[in-house]
This record gives sequence, structure tokens and C-alpha cells, in this order.
Amino acid sequence: MRPAQRYSVVNVLLQGLARNRGWKPAWRAAEPRPAYDVVIVGGGGHGLATAYYLARHHGIGRVAVLEKKWIGGGNSGRNTQVTRSNYFHPESCAFFDRSLRLYETLGQELNFNIMLSQRGVLTLAASNHELELQRRWANAIRMNGVDSEMLDRAQVLALVPALSAHSRFPIVGGFIQRRGGISRHDAVVWGFARAASALGVDIVQDCEVTGIDIKGGAARGVRTSRGAIASDRIVMCAAGHATELARETGIRLPITTMSLQAMVTEPVKPVLDTVVISAVAHAYVSQSSRGEIVIGGAADIYNSYAQRGSLSVMRATVAAALELFPSFSRLRLMRQWAGAVDITPDTSPIMGLTPVSGLYINCGWGTGGYKAIPAGGETMAYTVAHDRPHPLIRRFGLERFSTGALLDEGAAAGVAH
Amino acid sequence: MLRLPCPHCGLRDEPEFSFGGSPQIRPPSASDGEWTRYLFERENPKGLHLERWVHSYGCGRWFNVVRDTVTHRIVAAYLMGDPAPGVPDPAGHP
Repeated sequence: MRPAQRYSVVNVLLQGLARNRGWKPAWRAAEPRPAYDVVIVGGGGHGLATAYYLARHHGIGRVAVLEKKWIGGGNSGRNTQVTRSNYFHPESCAFFDRSLRLYETLGQELNFNIMLSQRGVLTLAASNHELELQRRWANAIRMNGVDSEMLDRAQVLALVPALSAHSRFPIVGGFIQRRGGISRHDAVVWGFARAASALGVDIVQDCEVTGIDIKGGAARGVRTSRGAIASDRIVMCAAGHATELARETGIRLPITTMSLQAMVTEPVKPVLDTVVISAVAHAYVSQSSRGEIVIGGAADIYNSYAQRGSLSVMRATVAAALELFPSFSRLRLMRQWAGAVDITPDTSPIMGLTPVSGLYINCGWGTGGYKAIPAGGETMAYTVAHDRPHPLIRRFGLERFSTGALLDEGAAAGVAH
Repeated sequence: MLRLPCPHCGLRDEPEFSFGGSPQIRPPSASDGEWTRYLFERENPKGLHLERWVHSYGCGRWFNVVRDTVTHRIVAAYLMGDPAPGVPDPAGHP
């Protein structure tokens, strides 16, 4: 184990004086070893965070994160960077608010600037009926100890002057979580990778897991494109590819994989300092720290692992965004992309143990996994270290689809999926 | 207007009631595992997927499609009730 080179003003100055030749790689790209205490499948935010907290909180350092392509190249690098905890059920609020609280200090904890901007997440209401439902929702959130505030039409238009006051979907009000906001998703991935690597975690890229070895109902290791690796504790953090991985072990997941797309315009000067969501117009819009307008909307309507979105959904999403912000029609779209999201029947994630001893699962994030990365990693690390679910994720187990104790958070997804 | 004899309240007017349909449909007796498979588990294959589409703004009729979920290539389209033509069924259905 070697300490990470500290990022600080002093070090920036010192390295600058040395012509910036002294910077070392942020994390160590490792070769796979034959055996580990814990193997994590998937080098996205959740996999890397799980590895970090295993090493940091539980002293388990012989951990490998196996990534089939490059870290953060899947959904961790394809999301719209929104962090919020305005869910409905107490269990969801408790979990997602833990995640938001971890995000609030994550930059210091990882010594990596994740550029968290708590600029507020505003959900618009287009009718009095929607406003009444939002009041119910906002009150539920407050009862769960999470900040949430109703705004009337004048307050919404004062907060976001770029919004059209004459939209086809009239703005009658909305509710805001002021602690919500955006951060930099690549920084979250790299921050966790760097901190985990410094604690001895092996991050292995270009290493695709092709199978999981099970003997006598217990996990024994994984087969990969770079050879077999023995481990009696395996964590599946493969997001959209969870179904394929689980099927290999005989576990069937209640997941449908779909494409969720997002897009950015060319960068412009600051014009929008709030994340705006409209379920009726069907889009969410924010401005990144680079000035791009980031636009997302509904998932494509059919199963897909293609990681690309349909033109018809893109057109509907852009139309919805322009209905809210007509002035953005002058901007050119710069990039459009999609991720393969794993959607569960109740739009809550699946985390915890599986019927196979020593095999743990973290999937089913659907369209909202980014905001859950720190708490997902923290609770999964606890779950693996103690072989029992962390108290915050007890209700998110796979068994809920047999017991019927679903946790329906369809509305909290923001827009319909 | 009907007048219905409520076993609890006696004879009352129709507007007090809602119609509940035929009582002949009963849930099959099945284990929790069977219910889980029926309600929630889907094939979700990475590759060939058997699916149904409806031509909403055309003829309005339903039909079957075999589509690759990685490439989005449509391999076959066929009528409801027909077997998938020349395509190995990933789910093992007839």
C-alpha cells in the first residue's frame, strides 16, 4: 500500500515550480492476482465505492474490482450527475439522504474535488392537481426528516427566470429540495478509485467476468477474460448487465434493461443554477459547470443493451425541454448518448444477499444510481463484511419480490420510465 | 335504475353501488415462487428477444417481433399465434 499523492494548494504550487513533472497517476492499474478476499464485478461508482469502504471501514484490503472495459465508462459516466434525496417512503429517504450527506463531505474524505454544487432540485407542477400531489409528496419527505419546500408560481419564476411563463404546460408551482444538486461524475469515479487504490485495492480494467463458480451453494471464484480468480466473497455491481451475470449463477432477477439517453448543448454562460424537472413536459434540465445545458427525459420504450437511444425519444425530450426553456432553441446539441439501465418493477434498487452464500448483489438502480453511489458502497461493504444486510438496505433485498413487500418509488424517479 | 338488496344494508338504489364484474376469475393457487416468476421475472436477454408490438397509428393490430437487444436489428415479424419463424426461441416457448 502506498499513500496517494495529496492534492492541495501547497502541492499544486510545489508541483508547478517543478514544471508539473512530479505528478503521479491517480491510481494504480493492477494485474489480476490468483485470489482475493473479495472480488467486485463492475468498476463503476458502486463497485469502486464498495471496494473503498471495505478497505476503509472494515480493514479488508485484498479486494479486486474487475471492470470489463474502463472504470466509469458505463452508467457512472453516462448519467446527468443529479444528487437528491426527495424520495417518498421512509426507507428510501433514509438511504438516499445518507448518500447525499456522504456526498456533502466526499470531496474532503477522498481528497478529490467532486465539484458538488447544492443548487437545488426543483420539480414543477403543471396543474393544481399535480400541485396537490406534490404537497403530499413534499410533506412525506419532510416527515422523513429531509428538506423539501413548496413554491408558488411567482417563487418558481423568480428562482428560474429562464423558464417560460407561457408554456403549454402552465407553471402553477413546484417543490424544491435545496440540498439537492449536481456534481462531477468522473470525479466521483476517479476519487473512489484513487482512494481505494491507495488502500491496496486492485483495480483491473479490460477484465470481463464470464462466469461465477459456485460449489455447494457457495461462491468460490470468478472466470474472467484474464483467467480464473478465487474468492469466496463476490459482489455483483454490473448495473445494466446484472441480469446476464446473475442468470449464470441460476438467480433470476426481476429486471428489464432499457436505454436511457441524455444530451448536452454547446456550452454557454451561466443561465440556469437549478436542476429543473417536469414530469408533465417530461424532461429534466440543468447546466453543467462547463456551461453545457444537460437534458434528460424518458427511457426508450423497449428492451435494449445497445447503449444508444432512439431518435424519437430524443426528439420528444428536446421538445419538452424547449417547451420549458424556449430560449435554448438557439443552442446546438453537441453530444447525445445512452446507458443501459436495469429497471425493477417498483423502481427501487436491489441490494443485499442472494440465495448463494458469499454472493452479494447491487443492481436495479434503473435511472437513479448515481446519487446512491456513496451510500451504496458504504452499505454493501458492511453487508459483505458482516454477511448480513446493512440496516439501511434491509428493505431493498431481492426477497421482496417473493414476499410482496415492494417499495414503489415510481413517482420519485422524476419522470416516467 | 336498479334496486339492489345489500345483505348488510337492505334494499338500496343503484347510485350507491359500483359494479364489480364477474366473480368467475379467481387467482390460481400458486406458491410465492411461482407468483414471483409470473409477476416480476422476465427473460431480459442480451441478444434475441421475442416481443409484441401494436401498430397504434396504423391498422391498430398486434403482432410479434424478434429483435436483437444489442444491435436493435429486427430479425422477424409474424402474426399473433404463429410460431417464431426459423428462430431458436431464447425463452424456450413454443
